Amino acid sequence: MSEGIGARVLRKEDKRFLIGKGRYTDDIIEQNQAYAAFVRSPHAHAIVKSIDASAAEAMDGVVAVLNGAGLTGDGIGNIICGWGVTSKDGSPMNMGAWSALATDKVRYVGDAVAIVIADSIDQARLAAEAVEVDYEALPVVVQSDAALEDGAPQIHENAPNNLIFDWEIGEEDATDTALAGAAYTTEMDIVNNRLSPNAMEPRAAIATFNEADDHYTLYTTSQNPHVARLVLSAFYNVAPEHKLRVIAPDVGGGFGSKIYIYPEEIACLWASMKTNRSVKWTSDRTEAFLTDAHGRDHITHAKIGFDKDHKIVGLKVDTKANLGAYMSLFSSATPTYLYATLLSGQYNIANIHCNVKAVYTNTVPVDAYRGAGRPEASYVMERMMETAAREMGVSPTELRRKNFVQEFPHQTPVIMAYDSGDFAANQDQAMKAADYADFEARRTEAASRGKLRGIGFSNYIEACGIAPSAAVGSLGAGVGLWESAEVRVNPVGTIEVLTGSHSHGQGHETTFAQIVAERFGLPTENIQIVHGDTDKVQFGMGTYGSRSGAVGMSAIVKAMDKVEAKVKKIGAHVLEASEDDIIIEDGAVKVKGTDKQMLWHEVGLAAYTAHNIPEGMEPGLKETSFYDPSNFTFPAGCYICEVEVDPETGTTEIVQFVASDDFGTIINPMIVEGQVHGGIAQGIGQALLEGVVYDDSGQLLSASYMDYTMPRADDLPSYSVHHQSTECPGNPLGMKGCGEAGAIGSPPAVINAITDAIGNNDLSMPATPAKVWAAIQAASAKQAAE
Amino acid sequence: MYETKYHKASSVSEAVSLMGAADDGKLLSGGQTLLPTMKAHLAAPSDLVDVSGIAEMNGISVNDDIVTIGAATTHAEVAGNAALQKACAGVADLAANIGDPAVRHLGTIGGSIANNDPAADYPAALLALGATIKTNAREITADDFFVGLFETALNDDEVIVSISFEAPAKACYAKFPNPASRYALAGVFAALTTAGARVAVAGAGDDGVYRHADMEAALDGNWSADAILGVSVGADGMLSDMHGDAAYRANLVKVMAGRAVAGC
Amino acid sequence: MTEVSMTVNGKPVKADVPDNTLLVQFIRENLRLTGTHVGCDTSQCGACVVHLNGKAVKSCATLAVAANGADVTTIEGLANGEMHPMQTAFKENHGLQCGFCTPGMIMTATDMVARYDANGKELTEAAIREELEGNICRCTGYHNIVKAIADGASKMASS
Repeated sequence: MSEGIGARVLRKEDKRFLIGKGRYTDDIIEQNQAYAAFVRSPHAHAIVKSIDASAAEAMDGVVAVLNGAGLTGDGIGNIICGWGVTSKDGSPMNMGAWSALATDKVRYVGDAVAIVIADSIDQARLAAEAVEVDYEALPVVVQSDAALEDGAPQIHENAPNNLIFDWEIGEEDATDTALAGAAYTTEMDIVNNRLSPNAMEPRAAIATFNEADDHYTLYTTSQNPHVARLVLSAFYNVAPEHKLRVIAPDVGGGFGSKIYIYPEEIACLWASMKTNRSVKWTSDRTEAFLTDAHGRDHITHAKIGFDKDHKIVGLKVDTKANLGAYMSLFSSATPTYLYATLLSGQYNIANIHCNVKAVYTNTVPVDAYRGAGRPEASYVMERMMETAAREMGVSPTELRRKNFVQEFPHQTPVIMAYDSGDFAANQDQAMKAADYADFEARRTEAASRGKLRGIGFSNYIEACGIAPSAAVGSLGAGVGLWESAEVRVNPVGTIEVLTGSHSHGQGHETTFAQIVAERFGLPTENIQIVHGDTDKVQFGMGTYGSRSGAVGMSAIVKAMDKVEAKVKKIGAHVLEASEDDIIIEDGAVKVKGTDKQMLWHEVGLAAYTAHNIPEGMEPGLKETSFYDPSNFTFPAGCYICEVEVDPETGTTEIVQFVASDDFGTIINPMIVEGQVHGGIAQGIGQALLEGVVYDDSGQLLSASYMDYTMPRADDLPSYSVHHQSTECPGNPLGMKGCGEAGAIGSPPAVINAITDAIGNNDLSMPATPAKVWAAIQAASAKQAAE
Repeated sequence: MYETKYHKASSVSEAVSLMGAADDGKLLSGGQTLLPTMKAHLAAPSDLVDVSGIAEMNGISVNDDIVTIGAATTHAEVAGNAALQKACAGVADLAANIGDPAVRHLGTIGGSIANNDPAADYPAALLALGATIKTNAREITADDFFVGLFETALNDDEVIVSISFEAPAKACYAKFPNPASRYALAGVFAALTTAGARVAVAGAGDDGVYRHADMEAALDGNWSADAILGVSVGADGMLSDMHGDAAYRANLVKVMAGRAVAGC
Repeated sequence: MTEVSMTVNGKPVKADVPDNTLLVQFIRENLRLTGTHVGCDTSQCGACVVHLNGKAVKSCATLAVAANGADVTTIEGLANGEMHPMQTAFKENHGLQCGFCTPGMIMTATDMVARYDANGKELTEAAIREELEGNICRCTGYHNIVKAIADGASKMASS
């Protein structure tokens, strides 16, 4: 069976996970290892008046208790946001200081004020409880709209009214004019709920300072170890890059939350130097809820206008984005360039304006979470389209179809230039798979059983494959978003591919091997993918934003191009043929039209023995490429959700979920389908189950699985997943990316379905049984009153 | 977890004396609630007295319509017991839906009722069945046993040995789980006993498990879901939290009661 | 400190541990069997599931001292020379992504199949989903885990 592009190759990485031999950070034990526990603020907002560690220091097994004064005193820098966003008045964003250990003030429950190092984890935790911190509590604000009000508690001195930036995109006047002239308009208040990413492996770090070499090693749960090293070196002054090795071994899921460099890694590195011990920290789940960057949390008002033929004439969106107490690494980009630039959806819209106010609150920092900005855009757009269709009394599918972009490239008014797609084809495929034509009969049958059945659509588009470095640089990014790859052919012909992408569940060890297998006609077992270690891989930007296929694999293709060129030269030389006649297939280098050939391993050996290679050629067979994409990619699709609601309890059962995605070229359909399944589950989780809840004093009420509803197997259906692809013209493999689509496309489909079922459009996520029941009661009361 | 001293008791009397000797002892049975609580530093017993292996606290018997369940009997054992299925399937089915399979392999009926979590299931069953809780010292009726939120009539160092009740004519439990914890957001156990209809509610009341007198009156002589329809369930006295307000819980109590009655 | 001895994956083991040591700590730290994971503090995620005397339990909610004398099987002990049919089924059905919940899923799955088999009950898709209440996966959306368990059950039946 072929193992190349398009083959459902079983995963090479599975065995170690299946037999319990995965190697996650917490599985590693260093010599001379000590354990860290953090002293965390129980207050959401308070002045730190004093820290008394004397009792803790005297406890059994305690090595040291270190605090923020010591950290900043040693020159460790503040944590920064790596993407500068400029307000519409031209002023830079107001980034408040964030020390890994708070010095003067704490700004959310869980903010770290000290780190305790002890011989055992229990000793460290007991001692952390014994550190006495004198706090002076301050007033608290947790909601973005309240934080912007006059007189709200002031969280950072340099951000008056807690406003980080007031940013806009698009033409406001033209949009207002278009909306004023619209034949129909729909206006909505839309909340995108706050989520906790909840990778099943909690974050962890082991920092080891080697005094002899002035060198640090950090094992950490990272999606991007090179970016971690860069930031730890360049901004936090932990150590210069050549004195810091960052290893992200097996990582148990990320979903965005493991992109960022958190206080804990910084503190562990510094503490390792201070104590001359390896310092290990592993988050527990409650600590994860309290400190892992949350996702989403938008409050939006939106207005869309249509002409008399139901063509969209304008869209105006105002969003308040809660960024929490500090600006996390990419927090500014998520609600701006990853959000408002997708507000055109799959539609031809001449006029769009979006204003985003980013706001500090006394909550955990908010940053990118699976989808990052694009689920928020898709939720706004697809709730608006469904609602507008209902208000205008037209078919929601026809309204969308009438407005689809049909010609490519298509320049939207909000930066993005869509390069390909066939939105109607995806919608057709999904409607057929869902048997939409028969839906009303199913609704009637459900009603006979006392159930309310509804159906909802969502036609999403996302921008992935981030991103062209010059383009994002012009928009404020502090880094380039290319990817690197190194292809090493060994003397025996086996191949190692070193990639700057990082796999934490995505199956890179298999998929990446498949494109090499395809190119050189080799079995995937002869190909090893190496990632996650800054000592092995020269550089890379990591895995997020569905970029590892479109960008990471493109880099491998470019490196393979160079390998192929050299192989052909060697082949032509050894086989005494013209380079133009050399072909590579089935693991051999052949002269076209003859039976002359070298087997692949013979080429490897020739390159390394260098006994008979072209004059002037360097020995060896190893090539590197740094690939910078020319554009974003634009995965898109149509999702259909069908639900049955129990009106007595408000319980929603998803009876059918259909996805039709356009991901461009698919390397391994099995893995791609798995990515879609997981994304849909997270999207359904957001729509039905998950919600971070703070009380007014800033205490996190949803701080464990007792109160934060994780999607479980019996909450979810099996999914009907389909593909209808157009090739992406922007990269050599034609790939668009698949990692986030499920989470982006599904929430509006679910809410559109439930609101269709219950006849009340006023429903926010998560649509818990209690909320759905209340919405049903409200609808009945309204009906009774009419 | 704070330091603690573990003891394995081989008899009820040994457990009682170990508890008596401890500064601040706690009985450990399945540990499915106690250990997570200790991990969270919310409990710090000086001593743990493990009663799970005590023979007289284990097992299920049905004699002359009297069902007796040892306090250290696990939820899985209760769920899978054939004699109990026959005598009172409602209790077996309730046990089959506590927690998850791994929790049911260790968690015990005695541990559940001693903790008296307002959202636990067993207290509603015992209350509705008019069960008797036998300890090392005495017998306590369920009506007297469950005092309030996480509160029981047990004295310090008192050990529950078994629970017994008369097999009812009908009994069924309907639970609406909290979406996150899967504990009861509202659970209703309805039983038709020789003393008449008895209905107990878990998860919803702000003072813990309680009997619903109006529903009992409505069901006496008219055991049907329709009888529940006529009962008004108000929001007063209902718990209210992020998973459901008092009005929603009141609705659930009524709906679950109807389903419990219809289910048997 | 208390001396505990038990059989883990068929081998007798013994160690002095503090009484408050959880079974999962004993397995991971004393025995260095790190396939058993910890994903939550409230015994809901199931990453720590092992078999204790033949039954699936959460090793994060069990004391090591209470398992004295017990027979414990962890994910490392499931394969017997070659992969267990359930492990094979997870691979063939792409029932894992990041792999962190996988050991607990597989230990739960084999326990589930054994119980249904013993009771003569049919392990339907709905039953599998219900039985997985105590195991949380964030990657797969459960679709392929459910398929894998159904496939693993038939593989176990025919092996």
